[in-house]
Amino acid sequence: MNKNSAFHGTAEQKARLMAVIEESRSTPGCLMHVLQEAQGIYGYLPIEVQTIIAEGLEISLSEVYGVATFYSQFSLNPKGKHRISVCLGTACYVKGSDKILAEVEKQLGIKCGECTEDGLFSIDSCRCVGACGLAPVMMIDEEVYGRLKPEMVKDILNKYRGDNK
Amino acid sequence: MTNAELDAIREKKKDLIRVRRVIREEGEKLAAKTGYRKQVLVCGGTGCTSSHSMQVIAQLEQSLKELNIDDILVVKTGCFGLCALGPIMIVYPEGAFYAQMTPEHVRTVAEKHLVKGGEIVKELLYQGTVSADGSIIPFAETPFYKKQMRIALRNCGVIAPEDIEEAIGAGDYAALEKVLKEMTPDDVINEMLASGLRGRGGAGFPTGRKWAFAKASQGNIKYVCCNADEGDPGAFMDRSVLEGDPHCVLEAMAIAGYAIGSNHGFIYVRAEYPVAVQRLKIAIQQAREYGLLGKNILGSGFDFDIEIRLGAGAFVCGEETALMTSIEGHRGEPRPRPPFPAVKGLFGKPTILNNVETWANVNPIIMNGAAWFSSIGTPTSSGTKVFALGGKITNVGLVEVPMGTTLREIVEEIGGGIPNGKKFKAAQTGGPSGGCIPAECIDTPIDYDSLLAIGSMMGSGGMIILDEDTCMVDISKFYLEFTADESCGKCTPCRIGTKRLLQLLTKITEGKGEPEDLVKIDELANHMKQSSLCALGQSAPNPVLSTLRYFKKEYEAHIVDKICPAGVCKALFTYHIIPDKCKGCTLCARNCPVKAISGEVKKPHVIDTSKCVKCGLCIANCKFGAIERK
Repeated sequence: MNKNSAFHGTAEQKARLMAVIEESRSTPGCLMHVLQEAQGIYGYLPIEVQTIIAEGLEISLSEVYGVATFYSQFSLNPKGKHRISVCLGTACYVKGSDKILAEVEKQLGIKCGECTEDGLFSIDSCRCVGACGLAPVMMIDEEVYGRLKPEMVKDILNKYRGDNK
Repeated sequence: MTNAELDAIREKKKDLIRVRRVIREEGEKLAAKTGYRKQVLVCGGTGCTSSHSMQVIAQLEQSLKELNIDDILVVKTGCFGLCALGPIMIVYPEGAFYAQMTPEHVRTVAEKHLVKGGEIVKELLYQGTVSADGSIIPFAETPFYKKQMRIALRNCGVIAPEDIEEAIGAGDYAALEKVLKEMTPDDVINEMLASGLRGRGGAGFPTGRKWAFAKASQGNIKYVCCNADEGDPGAFMDRSVLEGDPHCVLEAMAIAGYAIGSNHGFIYVRAEYPVAVQRLKIAIQQAREYGLLGKNILGSGFDFDIEIRLGAGAFVCGEETALMTSIEGHRGEPRPRPPFPAVKGLFGKPTILNNVETWANVNPIIMNGAAWFSSIGTPTSSGTKVFALGGKITNVGLVEVPMGTTLREIVEEIGGGIPNGKKFKAAQTGGPSGGCIPAECIDTPIDYDSLLAIGSMMGSGGMIILDEDTCMVDISKFYLEFTADESCGKCTPCRIGTKRLLQLLTKITEGKGEPEDLVKIDELANHMKQSSLCALGQSAPNPVLSTLRYFKKEYEAHIVDKICPAGVCKALFTYHIIPDKCKGCTLCARNCPVKAISGEVKKPHVIDTSKCVKCGLCIANCKFGAIERK
C-alpha cells in the first residue's frame, strides 16, 4: 500500500457513504460531517471519494477538495494499519517528544506523514492529546503510551509487528 | 419535567454528593444517611484513562464482588486535577486519596480498606497526604489543593458526568430554573455585566457586553455557540470541564439563549477529544429526556436545543469568525470584523460565542449573585482562572485560582516547584499567541492586564513551565513552526510573515544568525501585529517578541558567540569526553549508533566530532558524568 496505489473502494463502502450523504444533505453545513464519516468508512479521502461526495451533495468538487485539504485530520493518502501519532504539543515538546518522533522515524525508516511499504505503520504528529501529565506521549491507534524515553520505542513497535502482517 | 420534580431529584442526590465535598466527621454522619457505607471515586478523564483508569474501575468492581461488598458506590468522575499522579482514586467519607493505582493496588485497597472495619492503606496514598508523623492530611488541605478555589471546576471530579441526576444534585440546572422563574432577559444580562466576567478563551472581552449586543440585534433567529475547540497545545481546561461536568455548559447556553432571545445552540468541539464528545452527546440526550433542553423547558414556554459540531484539526478555528465559517461547513477562514458576530454571525444571524470555561462560570454567578463573583479576584479581572499546568513542574495538572494569584504561588506552592533540582527559567502562558514570563517577574499577579503589561497574555489557560534546560530561541521557533503550519493563508501578513519569521529563527538556531536579523525580526513582527486579519496572525509574533524582551542575551549568544547556553540547538555545540572523569568503561562506545567513540578499555575515550550525530545517547549512558556538551 503506497501513495500511488489505486483506489479499491467496495460497493458496500459506497452504499454506506451514500446513506450518510442522504441523511445529512438537508442539514446546513453538513460537508465536514460527511467528510468525517467518509474518512471513517474508507480510512482516507482519495479523489474518487471526494467526487462521490461532491455529486451526492450537489456541490463542486473544488469545494470538497478545499475543505478536505484545509483541516489536518483529513488525509488524502492511505494510512497504515497501525497509526502512530506522536504528540508535539508544548508540554510534550519541552519534555523531549521531538526525540521520540526521531526515534520512531529511525526505527521505521520513514518520515512523519508517511506510511511504511508493507502498510503496517504510518506516522503523524499531533497537537496535544490532553494527556500532559504523562508527557511525552504517543498514541498507536487508540492506545496512549506515556512517560516515554527513546529507548522504549523499539519494544513498543515490536508489540504491533508480531500479531499480523 | 416540573420544578417540583427537579426538586425531588435534588433532594434524592443531595447527601450523596455532599459526602464528597466535606471531610471527616461531618462526612461520616452524612454517609450514614445515604445508604452507602463508602463511595469510591475514580477519575475517568483523558489523563487518567490514558494511564489505564478503566482497568482500575474494572478491578474495583470485580474485587468488591469477590469480597461480597454491596454497600459501596463506585463513581466514574471527571478530572481531579492532579493528572501527574493518575490514575487517581478517592475513598469517601475519609477522603483517602490513592494515586498511581494499578489493578494490583486496587485489590490491596479493597481487601484492607474497603472491607468492613478496614484501615486506609497508607503506602498507596498520594504521599503529599501523609504527614511526617504518619497522620493523614485531607487532600483539600495539601499544598496543591489548598490555594485553589474551584468555581468553574466545582463539579469536576465530584460527580458522575454521565448521570444527569448527579449533575442536578450537585446544583446544575438550578440557575436555569431560577432564570426562567424569576428573572427577565434584561435581569440576566445586567447580572452578567455586573459580575465583570471576562471571556476565558483568551481575549478577555466582557461576557455581559457580548450578550447585551446580541440581545439588541434585531432578528427572530439568533444563535448561541460554545467554543470547545481548545487549540493551544498543552491546554486542557475546557476538555476537563466537558468531561467532568458537561451539563454546566448546556445549562449556561440555555440561560444565554433565554437572555438574548435564541432557541438554538451549537457546540464546536475538537474531534481529538473523543471522551468529551461522547459525554456531551450523552448529556444532551439526557437533558432532552428530562425536558431541560427542547420545547417548553420547565413549563416556561422557552424552547432551546443544542447541536454538536466536530472540528477537524485547525487551530485558526478557535477564532470566532473562523469557527462560525467552519460550522457552516467551509474552510475555517476568518473574515474581517465588523460586522461583529453579535450583529451578523453564524449563517448571517446574530450570534454569541463563549468558550467552555466562560460558560462554566454562569451558573455560580446567577446562583450567588454578581456581587459575590466580583468580590473574587482583582478589580478588572473578577473570578478565578483555570490553568493547565505542564512542562517542567512536579504537579502537572489542572489548577483553578483566584485572579491575582502570583506566578510564584502557582509554581512553588501549588505546582510543587521544578523537579530534579533545576532552576525555574520562565512560564509560558497563552500558547502560540502568548509569551514568556521570566523568573524576575515571578511575583506578577496573574490577571488579564498584568500579563499584557509584561508582554504575555492570559490566553485560554495553558501554562508551561520552562527550566534552565530550555532554549528560549528554540521555544520561539517551536511556536512559529506551529503558527506557520496553522496559518490559514487568507491574509498575506500572516501567511508570509510567519514563514519569514520562522526562517530567521531557524537561521539563528543553526548558528548562521547575523546581528541585523534581530532588527528584521522586530520590524516584521510589528507589521504582522498591525496588519494581520485575525488574532492568529496578530499574536503569532508574541512568543518571539516576549523572549526577545527578556532573553535577548540568549539570542545574542546564538548570533555572536555561536553558542546555545541551554545546550539544545544541535548546530551550536559538540560533545566531548573529559579525560579526568572517564574510567574507560566502554559503555558510551558500545551505545554510540555511529561508532564515533573510540578508546581502549580502562583508558579515557575520545569522540570523533566529525562522525558524531549529537544524539545524546552517550551522555544518557555515562555513569561518571564524563561527557559534556559545549
